[in-house]
Amino acid sequence: MTRLPNFHAAKWDEPVVMELGRPGGRGQLFPAPEAEIAEAVGDNPVPEAMRRKDRPVLPEITEFEAQRHYLHLSQMTLGMMGVSLFGTCTMKYNSKTSEFATWRPQIAEVHPYQHPDTLQGVLEIMHDFDGILQSLSGMDQFVFQPGGGADAAYTMTAVARAYWADRGQLGQRTEMVTSIQAHPCNPATAAAAGFTVINLPLEENGYPSLEALKAALSERTALIMLNNPDDMGIYNPEIREWVQAAKDVGALCFYDHANFNGVMGKLSARELGFDACMFMLHKTFGAPKAGGGPAVGAFGCSAELAPYMPAPVVAKQGDRYVLDEDRPKSCGKIREFWGNVPQVVKAYAWARAMGAEGIQLASDISVVANNYMDHRLAKLPGIERSNPDVTKRRMEMTRWSLAPLHEETGIGTVEIANRMADYGIDPWWMSHEPWIVPQPFTPEAGELWSKEDIDLWIDVLAKIMQEARENPELVRTAPHNQPIAQVKGDAFENPSKWAMTWRAYLRKRDQAAAQGAA
Amino acid sequence: MTGPTRAHPWMANSAPGMLEAMLAEIGAANLAEVLEQIPQDHFRKTPLNLPPQLASEMELKRDLLGKLRKNATCEENLSFLGAGVWQHHVPAIVDEIVGRTEFATNVWGSYQSDHGRNQAWFEFSSQLGALLNLDVVQLPVYSWGCAIGHAIRMAARKTGRNKVLLARLSDPERLSVIRTYCQPQEMDGAIEIVLVEPDAATGRLDLADLRGKLGPDVAAVYFENPAYLGTIETEAAQIARLTRAAGAETIVGVDPISLGVMTAPGDYGADIVTGPVQPLGVHMNCGGGVGGFIASRDEPEYVHQYNGFLVSVAETVQPGQLGFGLACPHQNSYGQREHGNDWTGNSTYLWAIAGAVYMSLLGPDGFAEVGRLIISRARYAAKLLAEVPGVRVHWPDTTFKEFVVNFDETGLSVAEINDRLRARGIFGGKDLSGEGLGLGQSALWCVTEVHSAADLRRAAQTLSEVLK
Amino acid sequence: MKIGLVVNPVAGLGGAVGLKGTDGADTVAEALRRGAEPQAGLRARRALTRLAARVPGCAISVAPGPLGADWAAGLDLRPSIAPLPERRGTAHDTRAAVLALADCDLLVFAGGDGTARDVAAVLPQGRGLLGIPCGVKMHSGVFAISPEAAGAALADLCTAQGGVQWDDSAEIMDIDEDILRAGRLAPRLYGLARVPRLRSRMQAAKGGPRQDAAAALAGAAAEIARGMEAGVLYLIGPGTSAGAVALAAGHRPSLLGTDAMLDGKMLARDARSADLERLAQGRRVRIILGVTGQQGFLLGRGNQTISAGLIAQAGREGLIVLATAEKLGALAQPMLWVDTGAPALDADLTGFVQVHTGPRQRRLMRIGAAA
Repeated sequence: MTRLPNFHAAKWDEPVVMELGRPGGRGQLFPAPEAEIAEAVGDNPVPEAMRRKDRPVLPEITEFEAQRHYLHLSQMTLGMMGVSLFGTCTMKYNSKTSEFATWRPQIAEVHPYQHPDTLQGVLEIMHDFDGILQSLSGMDQFVFQPGGGADAAYTMTAVARAYWADRGQLGQRTEMVTSIQAHPCNPATAAAAGFTVINLPLEENGYPSLEALKAALSERTALIMLNNPDDMGIYNPEIREWVQAAKDVGALCFYDHANFNGVMGKLSARELGFDACMFMLHKTFGAPKAGGGPAVGAFGCSAELAPYMPAPVVAKQGDRYVLDEDRPKSCGKIREFWGNVPQVVKAYAWARAMGAEGIQLASDISVVANNYMDHRLAKLPGIERSNPDVTKRRMEMTRWSLAPLHEETGIGTVEIANRMADYGIDPWWMSHEPWIVPQPFTPEAGELWSKEDIDLWIDVLAKIMQEARENPELVRTAPHNQPIAQVKGDAFENPSKWAMTWRAYLRKRDQAAAQGAA
Repeated sequence: MTGPTRAHPWMANSAPGMLEAMLAEIGAANLAEVLEQIPQDHFRKTPLNLPPQLASEMELKRDLLGKLRKNATCEENLSFLGAGVWQHHVPAIVDEIVGRTEFATNVWGSYQSDHGRNQAWFEFSSQLGALLNLDVVQLPVYSWGCAIGHAIRMAARKTGRNKVLLARLSDPERLSVIRTYCQPQEMDGAIEIVLVEPDAATGRLDLADLRGKLGPDVAAVYFENPAYLGTIETEAAQIARLTRAAGAETIVGVDPISLGVMTAPGDYGADIVTGPVQPLGVHMNCGGGVGGFIASRDEPEYVHQYNGFLVSVAETVQPGQLGFGLACPHQNSYGQREHGNDWTGNSTYLWAIAGAVYMSLLGPDGFAEVGRLIISRARYAAKLLAEVPGVRVHWPDTTFKEFVVNFDETGLSVAEINDRLRARGIFGGKDLSGEGLGLGQSALWCVTEVHSAADLRRAAQTLSEVLK
Repeated sequence: MKIGLVVNPVAGLGGAVGLKGTDGADTVAEALRRGAEPQAGLRARRALTRLAARVPGCAISVAPGPLGADWAAGLDLRPSIAPLPERRGTAHDTRAAVLALADCDLLVFAGGDGTARDVAAVLPQGRGLLGIPCGVKMHSGVFAISPEAAGAALADLCTAQGGVQWDDSAEIMDIDEDILRAGRLAPRLYGLARVPRLRSRMQAAKGGPRQDAAAALAGAAAEIARGMEAGVLYLIGPGTSAGAVALAAGHRPSLLGTDAMLDGKMLARDARSADLERLAQGRRVRIILGVTGQQGFLLGRGNQTISAGLIAQAGREGLIVLATAEKLGALAQPMLWVDTGAPALDADLTGFVQVHTGPRQRRLMRIGAAA
């Protein structure tokens, strides 16, 4: 067993910024309007009816105090500075080279409505990256407007609406079919787009049966939305037959390629028959996640669907790059402008730094590393692999269950996640809803983490499971080495206690105090 | 599987022998055995066709910078582009903080291991709430247009009604997004969009038309303050009264950088407030800096309609200590799949941190100063441009940082004028001529705190030169 | 949370000796004569052992002697014994013990369906119950899957932050044991009870109520009510799920019986099979059904008034099924079951059915034949 780190997180006991400062303190000054301006427009041109009378209750601190405060907060964020085998999110190294490139004014200080002549560099990068994704997927056109994987799923539902409207079948094609283990964003976006969501159940082999799919498909089916492999690490070997069955009723097929890491360079969505797919650039393609965006769900589709995509798309005319806005069949915009451009540049940089050989190697490593992890985890008593009937080797991640340990000790996946941070290990991903697997956890090693990192991670888990048996209170009350103690959950559903702003907090605190005094 | 000749700097297990060691440990002879789940005929037949690998940082940097150099920037040129993305000053401290690797690369841990980030998120909502005079602020969604779309859907769920009134003079970019969120009408749950005419003299909403269109089927009225074309809506309180009287929700869009000098929407009857986060310390990023906030009063019937992350302060098991976590997490699509409110996912949360730092740097006096500086410079710019022969400014003295400049009398199109300006290092305002707003050859010019009086004089001078 | 325990010491006695239940003193005597050994107390102890290991020193109120206290003795628990002056050795004891423990938030019982009925009959409004499975018959939706799981669930409830979430729609089901012993399974729905929501499906991050279960059901029901066709007879089966459709159509459902609607009107409430068959003559029939908790029964448990003839008339395509996603997720097996008494009909019904889980939300479920 490796030596476990004697870790303690930074603990600054940092006040909320609203509590800092002093009346009149300043962190940023602006010049007064020049004399000629004041002379021309007067002292305060805001119409009397809309002039602000109150002084917003904001902190009044120095520039240094703002810097120190937020540096403290960054230090009290574990981020992925431990070992983060956060499954379903494919934690990768986020290159500083590309990060710094996008901080240059050639990206940072560029406006999307500038004339394309002044945007040839960024358009070239987007065009080239479109080509890279086309090669990886077999699709004919990509667009980067969606602000994340869920937004790309939403894009698919909007494209499907435009496609069926163009065929006069919008009122008839009302249903979207997906699997109960598909990422929540697929059914949720389809429902928001106005489709009826039909979920298929899983069977013993870990995926829904073709029979169930066929029972769900009809002339009412607008589209199916699938991921493969799933978060259990199970690959649906009937996916070709699935696509064919959907095609047989005329439905569109969308491949949610969130779990692309294990099959990069091995599968082509188009060759499998899909009409459209999406890639998460902030996941598989090395752009940072930033705690939840800015992100990009790159949406790609066949030439047949391309006219319905959101506009604009980047095109090349001769040796010039242009933005093609004139797309009369387009589903309309999913989001303003052309996407989170810096993230697209970072993803392009990742793909170039990896190259075809690097991408294929990364995919190989991620599957082998997960199987190495499975091999070691299987030896720990108290946990079991999801879908135990599926004995084949899993793909790039595996969902596990702590149910045996939980029933034995009362310590479950939440408690262990909290405790892992005490060893400097990033808390794990459990599972999306619904929890089909009880007390789930879902590690994913990917290509970034070393074998030594994986070993450390497993050794920490083994140690905590031992603690759960010998001293469950230690685990139940964890964490103990973090910036704060365990957060109590009672406020989150209670309107008299929840407080989404400091002003709400102060108001409720005072109310509670007044009630206590009364 | 092709063994690497040398390790890749981003892959630890690409070091020679590592893959083989793991394969040996799991008892697999080769990679094909590990991929046993995938049927042979699923493997791709077309070989990858990617540009050559740039494995060294030096080569990669050279490629990136070589391409990016072909862009021209608003730093070297004098830009008057706005309309959803605006050039504002970004304090250096903001860049330092959002560039911190812990903030830039984190995903999701526990409330304890994410404590610093969650506090920064809460401080974004708290400070924005202070500017808006509202108690609930959700973490930003993808963009302002998306925020408006969600806000309208919140109102439709809350009221059980399916129609929304919007200004005819709306940004087509945002309006297109709103239509995506509400339409098409054939879909179950669609929300009908009805446009309210402008008052021709001011560009503001025509209240008589609004009254006529309000009714028991209207879920919400949405208006912006300042609006797309820069106009300040002085009748905001009256609009909110009319809307409330019809049993509908008042949704307002505001520019947060105006709130040091303009009345907080919470003080004129707004029920739900949206706005862009980019003005609060985020670079334009070629449009990749946008995000949109949603805020409201602290009443459960509003709180339970939010689609995304509501960060609440919470006690910890240690008396007196505060932490943070998500309020009402069940109501979003992570908790409820298709049963949740709309959907959520990765969004633009890094910009919440940018906004938190930005607002803490400015404080109440900074917001008052920057607001006054922007409106003063923009009004001055409008005056200077209006003095150029052939140039007219629509609705002068009613706007905040953007205003409509009309070139009909010059006989030139906006495109031609902007081409000539660009040749002289000036990016003219956004061309409105194709937007169907009935404004002729007009452009939307944007002036902010970054434009000095000298810049504005240069713009007016150059414009008069290119119009000769 | 205050927990009370009552054990029906003779529950399950019949099972091991080939009797299909233990209701009534004669049957108990017959079982003992055949050499049956009481199991319920031992199973209660297994649950309590797990509780004591997980929450040492846990306070619990118990009925006296073999009705509770005996099985807690010697474990690391703090039992307080509720007084019970008289014991008759019959179902009366269970009821009296429940009344003596009436101030508990959660009444845990060791028994089967008969015990569940006895407990539910006298349990005050607003109190929850949880069954340690001991009976021969366990069709009610109130049982943990094993004694250990019951103990673990109690430990979870005792240590849960932020209070217990309840579900008020668990079926109390029982069958007439005379008929069962005669070889025919005919359970009836006797009522609905409050049970704790057990499965910790949520991350601590998310540890609160799933507030929209009722709303999702109401939304699905409204959609079904809107889609009702003219001239079609709709049979509305027992339970809150199916009843929600009647509510959405503006009618009060009987909840424990089967109702019939035609052209927006309620034609019959709590109707008998013969009446339903008469109404169905010459008409298209569709049948609106819920799903029994944990067991996953669609037909043949608690809704036998919907006869095989009516079901055949409707066909699988004529079944309209409602259940919350939560209920489907908590089924012991991810299947729905039918047992219409007609094996050929059961075979025809197998396949997939779309279950309405909310407005514009459905889940496919496989139907299997239980017999």
